[in-house]
Amino acid sequence: MNRKTLIALLIAAMAVVLFPLYESYQGSEALSEVGQYYADNGVEDTGAQNLVTSVVVTYRGLDTLGEVTILFLAASIISFFLSFSKEERIENRQVRSITEILTTSAQILVPMIYMFGVYIFVNGHLTPGGGFQGGAVIASGTLLMFLSNPNFKLNHKIIHFVESTSGLVFVLIGVVGAMMMDGGFLSNKIAGYGFGQVGSILSAGAIPVIYTFLGLKVGTELSNVLGIYVESQNEK
Amino acid sequence: MLTVLAAILGIASMVGAYFAVHSKKLTVAIIATGIVSMVASILFLLLAAPDVAMTEASIGSALTTAIFFFTLNKIRQTNE
Repeated sequence: MNRKTLIALLIAAMAVVLFPLYESYQGSEALSEVGQYYADNGVEDTGAQNLVTSVVVTYRGLDTLGEVTILFLAASIISFFLSFSKEERIENRQVRSITEILTTSAQILVPMIYMFGVYIFVNGHLTPGGGFQGGAVIASGTLLMFLSNPNFKLNHKIIHFVESTSGLVFVLIGVVGAMMMDGGFLSNKIAGYGFGQVGSILSAGAIPVIYTFLGLKVGTELSNVLGIYVESQNEK
Repeated sequence: MLTVLAAILGIASMVGAYFAVHSKKLTVAIIATGIVSMVASILFLLLAAPDVAMTEASIGSALTTAIFFFTLNKIRQTNE
């Protein structure tokens, strides 16, 4: 029996094993108990119009902190393994010439992409998306900068400052919520203006504040990872 | 209508996945993985998950593809 028949048999066996799952699946008519609680009390508890945000930042805020930590660890490990000494650098690496179309469109598009990223995380409590999505959009704007200009370099001091400060502020908001207010770690009640009118930009307590710093952190972190990869191209 | 569109997108993602695995040229394979992510993000949008679609579009098809290309370029430099 050759290898290809073995693979085909394996796929067929998987199909046989997984088919009952598909057969017996039926969509649930009602929300689960937890989902029902979020749907009923989410707006009242957190003041956020976007229920996904209220779950991610408030009800499951500790998980989000864990995610941020994992992303930070991944970025640190990448910069640890791809760091290199200055002597081994190739100056003025030869790159393929960049077309007029790319440079011109990048000049127009990059500010718009950055603004869209900021829009996503500032409006995280009102519209779909939030800190992670906004940060990823900002990083794709940085990618366009790198592609359109081979000599573009990130200012690592500013990047590291923004990244570590926003991470620290995120944790501090959580600690202040736990110490001063009754809500516990990452409570939503510490922003001075309270919950506000549901649906307006200044509402939902601490969620917009946390998401703004989260967006800055994720955006600078992913941009920094891209910057490290681009710089590693100049290494001998 | 939604089912037809989802079926077309599913087939497109399967074609992309086939090229990603079986293509002889690595650049074609990398672009095919990007296409799989792009199609997946459209599917997420159809299934009413715009926030997941945003993450998939920007990380899956933009950043990951770029990082694969940077790595490929680096490997070629080292092999020369």
